Amino acid sequence: MTGTCVNIAGVSLKNPVMTASGTFGSGMEYGEFFDLSALGAVVTKGVASVPWQGNPTPRICETASGMLNAIGLQNPGIDVFVRRDLPFLQKYDTRIIVNVCGHSVEEYLEVVERLADENVDMLEINISCPNVKEGGIAFGTDPRAIESITKAVKAKAKQPVIMKLSPNVTDIREAAKAAESGGADALSLINTLTGMKIDIERGTFALANRTGGLSGPAIRPVAVRMVYEASHAVKIPVIGMGGIASAEDALEFLMAGARAVSVGTANFHDPCISVKIADGIEKFLERKGIRDVNEIVGCAGNGGLYGTV
Amino acid sequence: MKKETARITAQECIATDIYSMTLRVSFAEEVKPGQFLSVYSADGARLLPRPISICDVDLNEGTVRLVYRIAGKGTAEFSKLAPGCAIDVLGPLGNGFPVEEFRNQRVLLVGGGIGIPPLYYTAKSLSDPVFAVGYRSETYLLPDISGQFETHVATEDGSLGTKGNVLDAIRCERIGADVIFACGPKPMLRALKEYSKEAGIRCFVSMEERMACGVGACLGCVTRTVKQDAHSFVKNARICKDGPVFDAEEVDLT
Repeated sequence: MTGTCVNIAGVSLKNPVMTASGTFGSGMEYGEFFDLSALGAVVTKGVASVPWQGNPTPRICETASGMLNAIGLQNPGIDVFVRRDLPFLQKYDTRIIVNVCGHSVEEYLEVVERLADENVDMLEINISCPNVKEGGIAFGTDPRAIESITKAVKAKAKQPVIMKLSPNVTDIREAAKAAESGGADALSLINTLTGMKIDIERGTFALANRTGGLSGPAIRPVAVRMVYEASHAVKIPVIGMGGIASAEDALEFLMAGARAVSVGTANFHDPCISVKIADGIEKFLERKGIRDVNEIVGCAGNGGLYGTV
Repeated sequence: MKKETARITAQECIATDIYSMTLRVSFAEEVKPGQFLSVYSADGARLLPRPISICDVDLNEGTVRLVYRIAGKGTAEFSKLAPGCAIDVLGPLGNGFPVEEFRNQRVLLVGGGIGIPPLYYTAKSLSDPVFAVGYRSETYLLPDISGQFETHVATEDGSLGTKGNVLDAIRCERIGADVIFACGPKPMLRALKEYSKEAGIRCFVSMEERMACGVGACLGCVTRTVKQDAHSFVKNARICKDGPVFDAEEVDLT
């Protein structure tokens, strides 16, 4: 038997594979393709204190081995989420991680407090969305702001808190340390890289928002590097993401130092990819004769799988 | 529902940059008129599926026919695939036209350019359809349509039928109907919405937008709605999941 169970801030996940926020709704749509209980956790689309309209369209464009999105965190608000989406997710034997967004610290706290008595396993605080003008990335690029919002959230949260970090910074280690000193229980990274595409036929921006967040395999090497740096700068666990489209990709993140991984854009290419990745990780471990997935976490910076440098 | 590998049974160029591709699929009998497929590139660098409407279904053969325009590298790749080749698809997706509700009424099917294909299978499900189709100049699918249904044509250059757009043809030829089903560019849908208001008939429009997931999860392909949407709780509806067909009164086409 190969152990695939991982522990993030005291919460046990049956395997290290979860879904990346914003790519999976609240699971309802993908629940038509596979049993969500096969996942370590479902991370929901960002939820705010009230419904958000999001950005105008076009919100999406494809780029080489990736895509840009500028959804703008459209969401139905915490009331609908608690009434409709949470009961749906609670039917499954998987962990529920709610991604929380806001324009101000107060708005984040409103959602965090509202979830205090709900059956939710963890909170992921989105301080890194590049597509909203206030909140989001505005909090995520300044280490002092990261520390202070983390403290504020931790003071109110009943569940362990994951801070989701932006790659749009000079030094991800500073951001990671700031979240850790604010009391974060875990980190997740990377969110999307800010990008732009010009539609040359029309001579204008491909996205109505002009800029968007770049995701997909195009960003993976950047993400692996940042996960490596962040996980070696802090003691709290790191959840790695950014262009994971196969078990091999996921294993890179684990070996770089991630305790778990999230699958995002790849869901759009194959609705069942997250389960395939979970299975593929297990098969890899079996092939290598590794008894427990935790043994490979961070092995790249620690002498490799076979203990040689 | 799952993503599956379909086998191409026919592929034909039917006009400049317009192709007709027939695929053997497992779900032919599930297809409702006006639904679409997500079609995937074999090139890993092109991640997102291309949404392509279903033009026709052959239940005996278990095939669906897609008529599509080359709009970029993904669709160019599809056009080069020969019969026998494999292609990944997901579907059928979306809601489709309300054919049950209007089966025995006179339905005016209005198509503009590459919006015409989904109306063909739709017409086959109705008892009294009439077509108004608009092209820039070169026509396609016209033999299939006009061979079976009453058809009015408009071309922008006047090379065939009414000179002008499809609405000019509808007004000029005084085409009466109980309801309109339409698919085409947004300005055409906007004009039809106005026309249907004047004429006092209902109008259903099939919309398109840049899509990512195709299944309603990512909120990439929304349209503005007039009232708060029942799923999103804001004035946005998902074209891939709640659409692509909407009552024109419910969507903001400005």
